[in-house]
Amino acid sequence: MAVFLDVVSWLLLSLGGAFVFIGGVGALRMPDLYTRIHAASLTDTMGASLIIAGIILQAGASLASIKLAMILLFLLLTSPTATNALASAALLAGMRPGEAIPWRQDRSE
Amino acid sequence: MIVLFGVFLLTLLVITALAIVRSENLFVVVMLAGIFSLLMAAMFLILDAPDVALTEAAVGAGISTVLFLAALALTAERERAGSTNRLLALGVVAVTTLIVIYATFDKPRFGDPAAPVHQHVAPWYLERTPEAIDIPNVVTAILGSFRGYDTLGEVFVVFTAGIGVLFLLGTRPRRNSRSVRVALDESDAGLRHYLIPRVVGRLLVPFIVLFGLYIQFHGEYGPGGGFQAGAIVAAGLILYALLEGEEQALRVMPRWVLTGLVAGGALLYGAVGIAGMLLGGNFLDYSVLATDPIKGQQIGILLIETGVGITVTGVLLSVFHAFAARGRYL
Repeated sequence: MAVFLDVVSWLLLSLGGAFVFIGGVGALRMPDLYTRIHAASLTDTMGASLIIAGIILQAGASLASIKLAMILLFLLLTSPTATNALASAALLAGMRPGEAIPWRQDRSE
Repeated sequence: MIVLFGVFLLTLLVITALAIVRSENLFVVVMLAGIFSLLMAAMFLILDAPDVALTEAAVGAGISTVLFLAALALTAERERAGSTNRLLALGVVAVTTLIVIYATFDKPRFGDPAAPVHQHVAPWYLERTPEAIDIPNVVTAILGSFRGYDTLGEVFVVFTAGIGVLFLLGTRPRRNSRSVRVALDESDAGLRHYLIPRVVGRLLVPFIVLFGLYIQFHGEYGPGGGFQAGAIVAAGLILYALLEGEEQALRVMPRWVLTGLVAGGALLYGAVGIAGMLLGGNFLDYSVLATDPIKGQQIGILLIETGVGITVTGVLLSVFHAFAARGRYL
């Protein structure tokens, strides 16, 4: 049983790490702001969920698990909201999808 | 393993610091400064200093970022290119760095238990806390009781800083004509038109304030205390102000309440000290506050931590409102 739990939590942690990594690469490599936000939001939702689920399996039935679940709930509430706020702020500031990112333009000037 | 984490975090800290120096966009700089504080908080946690980590995360990464952004709203976003004597600056920095590196050769090894800092007064505090105060968190015992004078000084530093900002920014500029006010009413409304941030934010505000109170009153048992709690409660109320607009926040908590908090917390701290004197002890000697000296110490720490929390909350909120009000009349 313990070995099974270890293997599952290890799988979850690695998968979560992979999502964080993909999110990081996407945030750097995607062409415009909105696709970048989309990539970065992977880190907050999939990455964080899987990693915290993995840690909960390690912590077992304890107070730490409840705290981790609360943190997960907090992240699942706030991260998409922050992503939404960021995207609508960008839209409000007049940034169109497909437009190059401002600081990229600064460099070329 | 922990050393690996430490090296990783320190590398990130150096990279962030360089990025802060290199960037000319002040908005980016503020965000990077927040990241720097968060990394620093993680570093403190690795060094087994959760109280300091909590302060750094709440004040450095949280409140400071908000206050910087509020200040940035009043100024330009770009740094003005200054004509500086780069060679002289480089020389000064190089020499200082070399001196600091030279000074580190004299320091004890990292985490050395025989280091003077661990041998000076720390053992005495660790030994005396269980018998004299009987609370698990030695940091709170040192902060609140053994070194109560220092903390009193810190509270008055926060108090003075708040008063200073209020003197500089808290005045209302004269040209608050009606037309300007009407034109700016739209921006007054905060995030009222943005449904999702508003709904989620309103859901979170009570929990943030509740967490602040937990940090406040659990400070004797776990990491936390007045400074951290004040910053967290202030963060929750600033979130409310951002969501509902500054006017609404000021209706909930008017300026006179804020001023009262700023002065009241510091006064409460001082009053606990004077109460000790009146009951026949020394200034800030809590042992005389109850018949049982240990109980007295605990009551004293609880009261002064409350005072610290009240002043910090009041000062941070006052500073935020001073900046926000300034932006409205520009």
